[in-house]
Amino acid sequence: MRLFRHELRNQQRLFWRNRESAVFVFVFPPMLYLLLGAVYTGTSEGFKLADVLLVGLIGYGCANTAFAGLAITLVIRRESGVLKRIRATPLPTTTYLAAVLCSTLVVFVLQMLVTIALGLTLYGARGPENWLGLIPSVLVGVACFAGMGFGITSLIRSSEGASAVVNLIVLPMAFLSGSFGPTRHYPQVLQWIADVLPLTYLIDLMDDVYLRGGSFTGHPKEISILVAWGLAGVLVAWRRFGWEPRER
Amino acid sequence: MTALEVRDLRKSYGDLEALGGISFSVAQGEVFGLLGPNGAGKTTTVEILEGYRTRDGGDVTVLGVDPEQGGTALRERIGVVLQASEMPAALTVREVHQMFAGYYSHPRDIDEVIELVGLAEKSGARVKTLSGGQKRRLDLGVALVGDPELLFLDEPTTGFDPAARRTAWELVRALRELGKTILLTTHYLDEAQQLADRVAVIRDGRIVKQGSPAELIGNAPRVEIRYREAGRDVVIETDEPTRLLAELAGAAAAEGRELDSLEVVRPSLEDVYLNLIDNGSPPEAATPS
Repeated sequence: MRLFRHELRNQQRLFWRNRESAVFVFVFPPMLYLLLGAVYTGTSEGFKLADVLLVGLIGYGCANTAFAGLAITLVIRRESGVLKRIRATPLPTTTYLAAVLCSTLVVFVLQMLVTIALGLTLYGARGPENWLGLIPSVLVGVACFAGMGFGITSLIRSSEGASAVVNLIVLPMAFLSGSFGPTRHYPQVLQWIADVLPLTYLIDLMDDVYLRGGSFTGHPKEISILVAWGLAGVLVAWRRFGWEPRER
Repeated sequence: MTALEVRDLRKSYGDLEALGGISFSVAQGEVFGLLGPNGAGKTTTVEILEGYRTRDGGDVTVLGVDPEQGGTALRERIGVVLQASEMPAALTVREVHQMFAGYYSHPRDIDEVIELVGLAEKSGARVKTLSGGQKRRLDLGVALVGDPELLFLDEPTTGFDPAARRTAWELVRALRELGKTILLTTHYLDEAQQLADRVAVIRDGRIVKQGSPAELIGNAPRVEIRYREAGRDVVIETDEPTRLLAELAGAAAAEGRELDSLEVVRPSLEDVYLNLIDNGSPPEAATPS
């Protein structure tokens, strides 16, 4: 436990100290909310667009932080030999990974609170209707995307490519899943693609819990799809994750 | 007591045999040098001892424990400087030491370690602002912060300028004074000679010679006598240069000949080493004609 707390502090320090990645991971989603919220006014299915976008961008933030940010950080650490060096210390790898995961959760929760605060103060958006249901939703979302993050880390070969690869996945996914606005008018093909993406289900879940005050447990389908995606990522990581720089 | 015991260690990567059965042992408090060219198998050996790689054959104990089974208990007792690894660029020297110190149950005083590796003035500086030599000293500081009994230094001075190397050497000597056991790899002969109590010369995954630096030189160099005769170079190696030279010179003088380009050469340690690396055996004597 002492080691875990120590490593969580290290992870937090490393995250915030690294300005470029902190801006990309932490600031980018609330910033997009500011921009989109200023452009899109009106309603969708009885909700203000400011509300719909708020939930959408919390979803994007989750994917951006737990999947994209985590993967880029881990690839850079692996390729620079930091991960390998840490393996030579008595810090157990499970403790290290748990601290990384927990640190990611801390960053995302702070980011979500900032986004909500922006919505409340600037765009008259509503706060969460069901706070208690939001907590497990966040946990499942972070677990799902972090699992996928560990998986994609194992597949990316170089630091240079990391950012391009994850953004090539995250940005289209966010667009298709409705992070940047309602998708009802999208062509059918795009909606079919969206139907297999995990972010679609996180946003559906959050929509209901956050905007309608629905219960978390009323969404077994969404939860199981998210868990399945997360497990798929963990499975890839299980087989392919490496602590040492990829030599060739 | 032995700190390291390696017997008939074997390792292959696919078809490529990296280690073809090497054996050596290192006593507690000893500085042992693994000397050889790039690709000889030095890093593979060290990384097996550090617990990074599994071996294909042979017996290995590190501080009395098999490194494949050592786990965190063994890692508490060893310090590692990898051949190539970076520390988090955004942290300061002190923060990096703090981060790693927290992984050990009985760490040394951080500021003392920073002082020891000569980074006291850089304590508050970000890692990314350090020079190459300073980064290497940071690696060494981090390796020491857990107060290890045994240190692995994989090419600790590669890429250093001569002044930085000398500073690093003094540091290693200081560590020896502290009673640390050190396994050092290098491809610099003078480094092994300066630092190591004993040296193993390794080539193509095999140890071609082992002993104290003095022993390595001692039994190898014969003196060469060179001259030109009838348009070709003659090289004679001998243990008795005085007698042989007197004979040659006497014969030549009697016939009224000159021994063209006459030279008497004692091969340097460098030659001995290169010879070991090239042939895997000590230089063979030419038979006097």
